[in-house]
Amino acid sequence: MEDLVSVDNLTFSRGDRLIYQDISLRLRKGKTTAIMGPSGIGKTTLLKLIGGQLRPDSGDIRFKGESIPGMGRKRLFEVRRQMSMLFQSGALFTDISVFDNVAYPLREHTNLSEQLIRLLVLMKLQAVGLRGAAAMMPSELSGGMARRAALARAIALDPELIMYDEPFAGQDPISMGVLVKLIKELNDALSLTSVVVTHDVTEVMSIADYVYILADKQIIGEGTPEQIRSHQSPLVQQFLLGRADGPVPFHYPAENIAQQLLENY
Amino acid sequence: MNSRKIEVLVGLFVALAAAALIMLALKVADRGLSGNGETYILKAKFDNIGGLKVRSPVKVGGVVIGRVGNISLDDDDFTPVVTLIIGKEFDKFPQTSSVSILTSGLLGEQYVGLQPGFMLDENDVLKPGQYIEDTKSALVLEDLIGQFLFSRNND
Amino acid sequence: MEWFARLGRSTLQGLAGLGRAAYLLVGALVARPQLKNIPLTIRQMYVVGVQSLLIIIVSGAFIGMVLALQAYTVLVDYGAEESLGPMVALSLLRELGPVVTALLFAGRAGSALTAEIGLMKATEQLSSLEMMAVDPLRRIIAPRLWAGVISMPMLAIIFSAVGILGGQVVGVDWLGVDSGSYWSVMQAAVEFDEDIMNGVIKSLVFAFVVTWIAVFRGYDSVPTSEGISQATTQTVVYSSLAVLGLDFVLTALMFGTH
Ligand SMILES: Nc1ncnc2c1ncn2[C@@H]1O[C@H](COP(=O)(O)OP(=O)(O)O)[C@@H](O)[C@H]1O
Ligand SMILES: [Mg+2]
Repeated sequence: MEDLVSVDNLTFSRGDRLIYQDISLRLRKGKTTAIMGPSGIGKTTLLKLIGGQLRPDSGDIRFKGESIPGMGRKRLFEVRRQMSMLFQSGALFTDISVFDNVAYPLREHTNLSEQLIRLLVLMKLQAVGLRGAAAMMPSELSGGMARRAALARAIALDPELIMYDEPFAGQDPISMGVLVKLIKELNDALSLTSVVVTHDVTEVMSIADYVYILADKQIIGEGTPEQIRSHQSPLVQQFLLGRADGPVPFHYPAENIAQQLLENY
Repeated sequence: MNSRKIEVLVGLFVALAAAALIMLALKVADRGLSGNGETYILKAKFDNIGGLKVRSPVKVGGVVIGRVGNISLDDDDFTPVVTLIIGKEFDKFPQTSSVSILTSGLLGEQYVGLQPGFMLDENDVLKPGQYIEDTKSALVLEDLIGQFLFSRNND
Repeated sequence: MEWFARLGRSTLQGLAGLGRAAYLLVGALVARPQLKNIPLTIRQMYVVGVQSLLIIIVSGAFIGMVLALQAYTVLVDYGAEESLGPMVALSLLRELGPVVTALLFAGRAGSALTAEIGLMKATEQLSSLEMMAVDPLRRIIAPRLWAGVISMPMLAIIFSAVGILGGQVVGVDWLGVDSGSYWSVMQAAVEFDEDIMNGVIKSLVFAFVVTWIAVFRGYDSVPTSEGISQATTQTVVYSSLAVLGLDFVLTALMFGTH
């Protein structure tokens, strides 16, 4: 199987704080890869690294075999037209309508006529079920609708890679179901390569072809959903089952409680 | 807000700024007279120009007809030469006209007052570039006070 | 020892900030001008220019009126009411027009620019543009910078014009200074290049600095609600100080030596 993206021995830190230590993973062409991990572990950071917005301290990230950190700005912008990212907040442009948001990348990167753009935009909006909301402003949309509108914008240029940053976070069960269905359908219909970053275990296990689990600056487990479910590591099991305490402790490291409570006496 | 309406409003904004600039140019700085309008030049020699400045007005009976264009010193006799830029429409002053440097109010700004003389002959008008012979210098306060004290001492 | 370390650290931070600000400016302006940016710039001129008009016109009128009133009470003692015109006009054209406009602009439009760009950063709109292979410096920063630089001098001209009219209302219509002398003495004293154009140049410099500070503070803000409110305050404080300081320098250069 061919890799669309491969991350090799990546190390990255924000200031003094180490976020990733020597991790490697690959996104296979035409498949949906899930990357799971607790909040603040650096999942968004990983997507930004793949998108070339951040540079790794060491290691390499390759898109179709070409090193992303090694690209010049011009080449990077060319490559980014083949990828697309759905941000956690949707990141719709708040000063223009839903229609114009979806039309934005088309107007920006193609010389298509307004007529053709209208056609394409309406088709993309139809695909996410928001054709009726074309004239609305982003502030008028519910959270789930905003994310679907952003999805329509993300697929406007028919990218090869689409990165979803926590697409399910803060969604009601219905919107969540809709999004799960959309991600799956788009992946199959457009033969996209998808990567879904999330901490919602059940949703993503149903659509992922391959799963990576991140914890403590490293990948602690990987495999198909079945392999992951029967994974040996207690860490992985704690994450999957959502137990409060386990190898990831409930308590932030602190001194002995009895000692601290008595300190002032 | 659709973009058509925005374009119109921004257009109005630019027009308003242009109108304000034109008003400043014409009404406040009076660009009209020496800037664009047709003018001609007269010259006059004074013994003393006092506080006269370039762009000071030239008036006839209170009506502004031009401005001081240039102030220099004659190479031969070291007297100040004032160049007056006069509007083209005021081109019929007789050669017997006189100019004096006057002050508006006690401490006000100084200007050139032109006193039209008698017209003796149709052809005796001041021609462009010509010197006005009859001139009266600025009153300088120090000189006045000096004269006053001098005349008192003589009494 | 600790004191020196702190001095060194803040110097380095200041220099790094200046570097980032310069980078933003170069990225936004040196980029080849794009036709697509013109409608965006017009839209921003609406936001920073048209929407600031009301406050500029009202302030201009009142300042002109107050100037005339104050100047009159002094001038009338010397019988020099005719000098009211130049007094009002020169104060407005040389100083108050450019400076007060810049201060009002910083408070009205500059702070809004900072907050808007900060929010765009916080809601990942800027990152999103990057990922769409669109340079936010060109698409977001450049139109705002241009709009500010173009709009503020126009606002300052309008401010001065309205102020001179306001001065005439108080001086001529109310206090009874002769209308002819209000305007003609003013005309004699005011020079187009010396006074009006120098005022416009001042205003251009202020426009550039204030808008630059505003967009940079937004772009460089910490993308949290706290960070954005802090950036907004900084925009108003820094640009006001910059305007007043630069005004002194420019005045000394333009009108200082005679
Ligand atoms: N712009 C930034 N500057 C400094 N630190 C950051 C920045 N963005 C994120 N971080 C830090 O990096 C860590 C990883 O962040 P992120 O990738 O957003 O986590 P996740 O998406 O897994 O919740 C967090 O601890 C966060 O505080
Ligand atoms: Mg995140």
